[in-house]
Amino acid sequence: MEVDPLIWQLSIFVLAIFVGYYVIWSVTPALHTPLMAITNAISSVIVVGALMAAGPADFSAAKVLGLAAITLAAVNIFGGFVVTQRMLSMFRGRGRAPNKK
Amino acid sequence: MSANLTALAYLVASVLFILALRGLSSPGAARRGNMMGIAGMAIAIGTTVLDPSIVSYGGILAAIAVGGVIGTIIARRIQMTAMPELIAGFHSLVGMAAVLVASAAFLSPESFGILDASGTIFVASRIEMALGVVIGAITFSGSIVAFAKLAGLMSGDPVMFPAQHWLNLAIGVVIAVLIAMFAQTPDPQWFWIFTGLAFAIGVLLIIPIGGADMPVVISMLNSYSGWAAAGIGFTLGNSALIVTGALVGSSGAILSYIMCKAMNRSFFSVILGGFGAVATTARSKTDKPHKEGSAEDAAFLLKNAGSVIIVPGYGMAVAQAQHVLAEVSAKLKAQGVKVRYGIHPVAGRMPGHMNVLLAEANVPYEDVHELEEINPDFSNTDVAIVIGANDVTNPAAKNDPKSPIFGMPILEVDKAKTVLFIKRSMKGVGYAGIDNELFYSPNTMMLLADAKKMMQDIGKEL
Repeated sequence: MEVDPLIWQLSIFVLAIFVGYYVIWSVTPALHTPLMAITNAISSVIVVGALMAAGPADFSAAKVLGLAAITLAAVNIFGGFVVTQRMLSMFRGRGRAPNKK
Repeated sequence: MSANLTALAYLVASVLFILALRGLSSPGAARRGNMMGIAGMAIAIGTTVLDPSIVSYGGILAAIAVGGVIGTIIARRIQMTAMPELIAGFHSLVGMAAVLVASAAFLSPESFGILDASGTIFVASRIEMALGVVIGAITFSGSIVAFAKLAGLMSGDPVMFPAQHWLNLAIGVVIAVLIAMFAQTPDPQWFWIFTGLAFAIGVLLIIPIGGADMPVVISMLNSYSGWAAAGIGFTLGNSALIVTGALVGSSGAILSYIMCKAMNRSFFSVILGGFGAVATTARSKTDKPHKEGSAEDAAFLLKNAGSVIIVPGYGMAVAQAQHVLAEVSAKLKAQGVKVRYGIHPVAGRMPGHMNVLLAEANVPYEDVHELEEINPDFSNTDVAIVIGANDVTNPAAKNDPKSPIFGMPILEVDKAKTVLFIKRSMKGVGYAGIDNELFYSPNTMMLLADAKKMMQDIGKEL
């Protein structure tokens, strides 16, 4: 008997929740704002769905929606990673030179 | 690229995302982690565009370029104090992207390979896209409301009306029924109606929640954006999206839990909202005597102190006082005073807000401590400075079982020899709308002024 692919996906999903649980508890509270910024950026991997909608040669409503979604996701991906980097570059320990822009 | 290679590439991207989050256990590792996140994203996007079904690159490149430029400009220009509204804004974009992708999948299921032999969308795919679109729509409209409240475009006060929760419940039930009907028959009208209702309930869910509960709201929306992404991931059968959605979903859920615990509130009481709406009634004892001081008095106390703990709150962000504060503490340190910072988990408008502001002002992170870490030290501290915080220092949370904030963990500044409490005036209460007995304590000196102005004046005196 064949296992439905949905079951595999569900397995991945449930295990990833557990990975997330343990990884997130190890994040230092001082970096909770960068955590939100970076989770924002990576959740925009939803762009892969938008790419599939925008990919076909023929013009369609789905393609327009796809292109709009790519634009929004791109704002988030670039914005999320850049702002995370900006915040993280400010966290400096004692005795290290503060980084100047 | 074969299907197997594609799936392996998505696996690599997922692992890189996990490592990106794992890096956040320390600042140095976090910077490397961010690079891994970027690499993971590049791999995920690169793999997808190599798919043979994607042939029209022009529009895609243009969309990425436009979005990328906008995102980069915003991210470089944004003030650190405006970080909560930026994050809320970004959440809304993830939500909207989820809605658009699910709608596209519904309109052109053939591009996503989710049609069965008879040309209808698989039942499982219908349920997945329905969940993706509903959670995405709630994330979008809820985040827009959160953004408006945080950016001051609308009042941060709770918006309440009769039977509000029953209305929300009714809409929720209708959405669930419509999704069930959509699973039975793929009638487009069900899809658009529950999408519309989800947009509406996103607004209704967030309007009753007051400004000070925003740390919970923002974490919760963070979580939703993850679950929306995971829902779409199931529709596409894309493991990278499923894994990322699960990671982000659990991250937001854990942050919500931490924030609720730090306020000693249940998640449901936050969601039901209305906290802080009683602000005007509870304050009757304004005539009690308090001690006021000047910048000169404060500077004198600080100079002669051996150790100082600074407790910042949202007011510091509003007054943009973090840089002056850091200058003053640098001066004190130069004079041999031990200066540290104590951060309450819900200080500010989002998790970690204060830490980012202090980092921006070049405060070394070794000097910044969490509540549990610093609390035992207040009793042997000479001066505690409270700047822009209030309820998180209120001893009533420990002493007064009738207080609305009873049981909330606080920073025990009242144990310090002297408390310098910087506040605009004796009027005005914290978000819980209650008086703070700390104001009237004999070892408290009230410094009534704008936080930034007061720190500048103290700096001059030092």
